[in-house]
Amino acid sequence: MLKASNKTGLVFFPAFDWAIDPTHPEREERLLYTQDQVTEEGVFDISGIIEYKPEIVTVQDIRRAHFCIPDEKSITTESHLISAGGAKAIANAVLNKEVKNGFALVRPPGHHSMRVSHGGRGFCHINIEAVMVEYIRTQFGLKKIAVIDTDCHHGDGTNDIFWHDPDVLFISLHQDGRTLYPGTGFTGELGGPNSRGSNLNIPLPPGTSTEGYLYVIKNCVLPILEEFKPDLIVNSAGQDNHYTDPLTNMNFSAQGYAMLTSLLKPDIAVLEGGYSIEGALPYVNLGIILSMAGIDYSGVIEPDYDPERLKQSVSVTDKIKKTTDTINAYWKEKDELRQKTGTPGSFETRHREIFYDTDNIFERQKEKIRICRDCGGCFEIDSSASTGNHILGVHIPINACKACTEEGYRLFDQADKQKFNQVILQDRTKDLYEIK
Amino acid sequence: MIIGIDVGGTHTDAVLLSAGGIEKKIKYATDAADLFHTILACFEKLLDGIDPKRIKRIVISTTLTTNAIVQQDMNPVGMVVSAGPGIDPEFFRTGEQYYCVSGSINHRGREKAPVNTMEINDIVQKMEKAGIEYVGVVSKFCVRNPSHEILIKRILNRHFKKVFLGHHVSGNLNFPRRIATTHLNAAVFSLHKSFFEAIKDSLKQMGLSIPIHILKADGGTMSLESSMSFPGQTVLSGPAASIMGAIPYAPKKQDAIVLDIGGTTTDIAFLVNKAPLLEPMGIQRGQYKSLIRSLQTDSKGIGGDSVVRVKDQELVIGPDRKGPAMAFGGPEPTPTDALIVLGLMPEGNAENARKGIHQIALELGLDDVETADKIFKKCCSIILKKTFEMIDKINTQPVYTVHEFLEGYKISPRKILLLGGPAPYFAKKIEELYHIKTIVVPESSVANAIGAALARTTCEISLNADTEQGIVTAHEEDFAEPISKTYSEDDLIETAHSLLKEKALNSGADPDNIDDVEVVEFQKFNIVRNFSPKGKIFRTKMQIKPGLIKGFEHILSQL
Repeated sequence: MLKASNKTGLVFFPAFDWAIDPTHPEREERLLYTQDQVTEEGVFDISGIIEYKPEIVTVQDIRRAHFCIPDEKSITTESHLISAGGAKAIANAVLNKEVKNGFALVRPPGHHSMRVSHGGRGFCHINIEAVMVEYIRTQFGLKKIAVIDTDCHHGDGTNDIFWHDPDVLFISLHQDGRTLYPGTGFTGELGGPNSRGSNLNIPLPPGTSTEGYLYVIKNCVLPILEEFKPDLIVNSAGQDNHYTDPLTNMNFSAQGYAMLTSLLKPDIAVLEGGYSIEGALPYVNLGIILSMAGIDYSGVIEPDYDPERLKQSVSVTDKIKKTTDTINAYWKEKDELRQKTGTPGSFETRHREIFYDTDNIFERQKEKIRICRDCGGCFEIDSSASTGNHILGVHIPINACKACTEEGYRLFDQADKQKFNQVILQDRTKDLYEIK
Repeated sequence: MIIGIDVGGTHTDAVLLSAGGIEKKIKYATDAADLFHTILACFEKLLDGIDPKRIKRIVISTTLTTNAIVQQDMNPVGMVVSAGPGIDPEFFRTGEQYYCVSGSINHRGREKAPVNTMEINDIVQKMEKAGIEYVGVVSKFCVRNPSHEILIKRILNRHFKKVFLGHHVSGNLNFPRRIATTHLNAAVFSLHKSFFEAIKDSLKQMGLSIPIHILKADGGTMSLESSMSFPGQTVLSGPAASIMGAIPYAPKKQDAIVLDIGGTTTDIAFLVNKAPLLEPMGIQRGQYKSLIRSLQTDSKGIGGDSVVRVKDQELVIGPDRKGPAMAFGGPEPTPTDALIVLGLMPEGNAENARKGIHQIALELGLDDVETADKIFKKCCSIILKKTFEMIDKINTQPVYTVHEFLEGYKISPRKILLLGGPAPYFAKKIEELYHIKTIVVPESSVANAIGAALARTTCEISLNADTEQGIVTAHEEDFAEPISKTYSEDDLIETAHSLLKEKALNSGADPDNIDDVEVVEFQKFNIVRNFSPKGKIFRTKMQIKPGLIKGFEHILSQL
């Protein structure tokens, strides 16, 4: 009889009645064939696989991870709230120990959504993993969490939200930003001054195949996880590295995804992108589900799979090895790198420009972070967007030290209300969100 | 007049109904070893003094196939299974003669690998050598494209008595369940066929030559002829009969709970606006999962004859039955004995009942009446707890659209309908404990037979249109037609409706009772490739809901 050796929770929310627009890649049809495949395979009947109904996230859930401008309701639809709620439902099932691990097969995705969100970018409006991670930290008190983003696009939203957070290790494997949206995620992007090395970006050359992905997992991601010792591993399981994906140029396979999953052993996997809806998603999703449940996945092979044709070139292999060495070296040096940044108590400023391709919004940010050796450091973001909205958001991290907490309140109190549409305080130590 | 017969594990209930109400009702001890004579005896009693020509309808519900499964008394069946990519089909092995073959169809119904006819020919030889007479053929995604099953059947046909195909079983996707269901149909076919042919002949001799209808697990009927291809659908028709019998007393536009309290078990089901809830995928009992349409019922191992004992100072009731209550000569105290001690039930030997309850009272350190009351309350709470668990489960079933998530129907029952022997004694207590209006279904001891007698023919069809591939299909019905790019939602619904009517009439439906049609599911998708629309996918499921034939409800509600 077919039985899962790991009790695995699944949320399946294909949002069959929601699309960005009718011909957009992020449309109703996207998970249709996946649903057909997993239903035909009888996945939900397997003993040990439990299907959960998604929840719906609240405004409070979103406010732990985002400054939504002008507010949460204006930039999200119910579909976004249920998609994030799917991840939340899986988090509850895993953290309440009803299941050993879980996979949220939900859409729309979220990993391009940054802390300040004025609308949709890269098909994402709110960051479903980040909302889930912050929920887990508040609700279950977990401290160290690793988010491994294997979507083919750089997970720049998640990267941004945990940029200053030394307790969340964010690793993104993606196609080189010089060849693909969003054009970021280079090896030197290592996290903020107080958290250098807790963001690791691993760009992979076009043409990377199963061999290359598994090489990075075995020789870079796993050793680093071993050392970081997270309380929870989350996988942003984008499936657009597949050799049939229309938006990318990689050569990953269903078998490869399943193997990656069994190596990484994520506690929670959340579906991100993946737009080869007929040729890839049905097989990749099935492979990931079986792998998480500890069921033989050797038969999950795309009908047109030809490993010979998908073999990666020697030059690709060399590039991947070099990148891996670079990342490993950064990881080793991370403590020194943090020591080298600024004087504790002083502020470091950065300026950024962010384009929202989905909603056609242009945003300018000025961010000021307090240099701190005791916590992630409080920071403020002055954000103005082409929508006319101009806000100041102050963030106090969940594990903030006393000095950073006090400094955060000072920044909030001092902010001139007249200069902004909103001045917002996000005090994660008290799970508080205040607008003045 | 109408005859309804429900063969149960211990009793067979039979009724003769007319426009004036119940003409005759009988309860007859079931002879499990000879169901044939049990049924004939009921007919003889019902027809005594009645002109057989006045009988217009016969519906039978039996435990024949259920017993065959429980006793593993089934034909050996050969299974030919073609899976393609995915989970190893070896996991779904049904027996020794189970062959996984090459060939693959994908989720869109496109052939990805062909059937190897030489391989099939080899298997024919092996199965013939093993003396196989009945074969099932199932390919993955056959509901999208059954060509491999049909091709394999062509090779097998000359060699075997009957070949059953997976795509005829159901329009639903679920390969493992389809294998199990196809296997079941093949395995009970000869038993079902010989049994009902014998019944048909005997009834003819009694002067009854009208069509016979058979009750299915979904609380609907099918004609004897159409049952021959799907004998598995008769499994678990017993609980369905009882639920159908409760329908006349269910509130309109409200939800109700149906509890059939028997000797050993209590069956639990739900009615929404007088229509029973169906299982989303099909019958499942423990590890056994099928695509057989079924009412959503569950049973709890507690009933009037459940054994009552004390374990670690705690009262334990059921799930086993050692015999009747002590008041009726049984060996162990039971909830029935408690009812007698409480003075609620006049029948039985009160002294023996008290003796039984007294043992328990001593162990609990209570007096007899307190103990009996405690047993009674505990019975109610076990049954209702299970019921509320089921409601929670139904209300948290996953949904796949934003609309369903936000607008999804939640059942919240306002009334409990009780059936079964001990039902009259439970009604007041349940109402008192749970503050839900609780009534005993009139004539509750034969409500199951009434339910069978009045159940209408049900059926469901699944229709898929794919304008990119230019085809609309209901493979379950062997229906496929070319369509143009302009094929619309309305076209789909119209085709579905006419297929549904045709299927209902072919299954023996009375033309006056096929208008309660419901669209169970409708989905529409744009097929987009390289950012340009290539066509549309439409999917619908349409059914004739389980319900009662017209013209009798008013009589029953006056009982």
